[in-house]
Amino acid sequence: MGEVVEPGVVLLAEGLEHSFGAVRALAGLSFRVAAGELYGLIGADGAGKTTALRILAGLMRPGRGTARIAGKDPADARSGVRELLGYMPQRYSLYGDLSVGENLRFFAELFCLDRRVFAERSERLLGITRLARFIDRPAEKLSGGMYKKLALACALLHRPEVLLLDEPTNGVDPVSRLDLWELLYGFVAEGMSVVVSTPYMDEAERCHRVGLLHGGRLLLEGAPERLVGGFEGVVLRVTGDLEKVERQLEGAGVIAVAPLGGSLRVVVGAEAAGPVEAELRGLGAEVERLRPNFEDLFLARAGGEGLPFDRAQGVRAEGAEEQRAQRGEG
Amino acid sequence: MGGAATAGAAIVVEGLGRRFGSFDAVREVSFGVGRGEIFGYLGANGAGKSTTIRILCGLLAPTAGRARVAGIDVRADPEGVKRRIGYMSQKFSLYPDLTVEENLDFFGGAYGLSGKALAQRIDALVAEVGLEAQRRVQTRSLPGGWQQRAALAGALLHDPEILFLDEPTAGVDPASRREFLALVRRRVRRGVTVFLTTHYMDEAEYCGRVGLMVDGRLATLGTPAELKARHVPGAFFAVRAGRRADLLAMLPGLDGVLAANPYGAGFRVRVDPARLSVEGLAARCRGVDAGAEIEPAGATLDDVFLQVVAGGRA
Repeated sequence: MGEVVEPGVVLLAEGLEHSFGAVRALAGLSFRVAAGELYGLIGADGAGKTTALRILAGLMRPGRGTARIAGKDPADARSGVRELLGYMPQRYSLYGDLSVGENLRFFAELFCLDRRVFAERSERLLGITRLARFIDRPAEKLSGGMYKKLALACALLHRPEVLLLDEPTNGVDPVSRLDLWELLYGFVAEGMSVVVSTPYMDEAERCHRVGLLHGGRLLLEGAPERLVGGFEGVVLRVTGDLEKVERQLEGAGVIAVAPLGGSLRVVVGAEAAGPVEAELRGLGAEVERLRPNFEDLFLARAGGEGLPFDRAQGVRAEGAEEQRAQRGEG
Repeated sequence: MGGAATAGAAIVVEGLGRRFGSFDAVREVSFGVGRGEIFGYLGANGAGKSTTIRILCGLLAPTAGRARVAGIDVRADPEGVKRRIGYMSQKFSLYPDLTVEENLDFFGGAYGLSGKALAQRIDALVAEVGLEAQRRVQTRSLPGGWQQRAALAGALLHDPEILFLDEPTAGVDPASRREFLALVRRRVRRGVTVFLTTHYMDEAEYCGRVGLMVDGRLATLGTPAELKARHVPGAFFAVRAGRRADLLAMLPGLDGVLAANPYGAGFRVRVDPARLSVEGLAARCRGVDAGAEIEPAGATLDDVFLQVVAGGRA
């Protein structure tokens, strides 16, 4: 098993730093994932998610810092670490002109699975991904959601202990997206560790634990409900004469205003909440307190931290290089 | 499912259909969108959303039914429709190797604007979306949120009454998303109508009304609150507990439990409050796991979507 880091820790990232030329993609990223844990790496485009996952998958070495999968260096092909790892990049390259079944067989041969083991596992994976009836369909003729599920099945054939998924739900319709989450819950229940990256804040609550990645390092980490519970502002649903309400809200203490199904969703600082509520009720508006969400938390915390690009110049500082690195992978 | 087909409607769709060969991409779709409304149009990939948008933007003729956009029949005068609407999608709206200004100049030409009038429009829009300092930057080197605002400026050049936003916020960071939304809302307050597609249910919550497409048909239509009450009635609770597997085995058989699905470190339970109280649910959960925590959680449009499209599977 190589060096043992800490009991129960299956994935370790310690002080990861990486730059592409002058662009700093990772700036000291550290996190750990336990067996059977579903960990979400949440961040916008350019936050460093892809670079982190590529390092953990052993596809590149970090400029600085340590990555370990079950105590082994993922970039060391001789360590046997590849058999422990499943990795699904954003644009997973399946063979478009091969059928669903042929793609599975191809990946089984890469991992030298014997015929009986392959038959057993592919049947199970085709069943849980509901792809069995499309077994003869060429991969290029699958919908986005089905293609992702096939890619996931291929990444799982060799029964990895750690599964790394880079934005598996991006561009996938809601039903397929919920299917994917359901599959992941099944795997972690069996003890697999899963790291899933997503730019969507509303997916944070689906994870056991999340790290908010911003500017190449973690801004926050913890169980989503605990993190949201620590949000210090107040979220209101305001219903009534919205024009009047909006004029009233142009004062201090209001963090954000967004539409919400014909009402307004208003985020205010904790101290301003009482007075703002009273003013709005004075206008005859109906005011109800809502649960804050992850996006509220992210904005409150990331606001003072500087953005992942230079505002004054408006030129993307990160992401462009990261995308280039991705394209290189093909 | 007619909806508000009033005289002031921005979009009126009646029995709309589009057949490709023997495949009906859109079937008997009817709805109305009021002026100044934010209307959400949702559905799985292949459910008929894009076909509907192409018809409403005058890019594709319907094979059945009618659609009037800004009072113009899309079949009779597709060019007239194009002059009255703006269209923006995250993917196709900008030329990456042109600057912001060059892109706007190009789109302005396409809308028949030129000279001083176009220059003034560009000045005003660049200011409106806050890209003055980035006018001469190639759009490919702008962060996603700024590209999105440049694309919005492009869609607003000819001052459209109706704005079609096709998955406009994919991959954009939350701060940019909020800024973008504020820009769109400023237009809505001036009477512009928004027709929005999105895969993200928190974004669908912004909409005044939401239509959900399934297999080419409009399966349901209403305000987010109406859809939740109609399709996933009852009360939702978030349950967190150590002995998840035991709880998940017990709950579905409990009288009054309508659904129980894994969610994060715990799961979500939907109950019929007439048959099972919060106290009852908490007592049964704590009977299995003394440390179980139960707290109220609202229904989401994800719940609605799953119920309507997949009959509550998962």
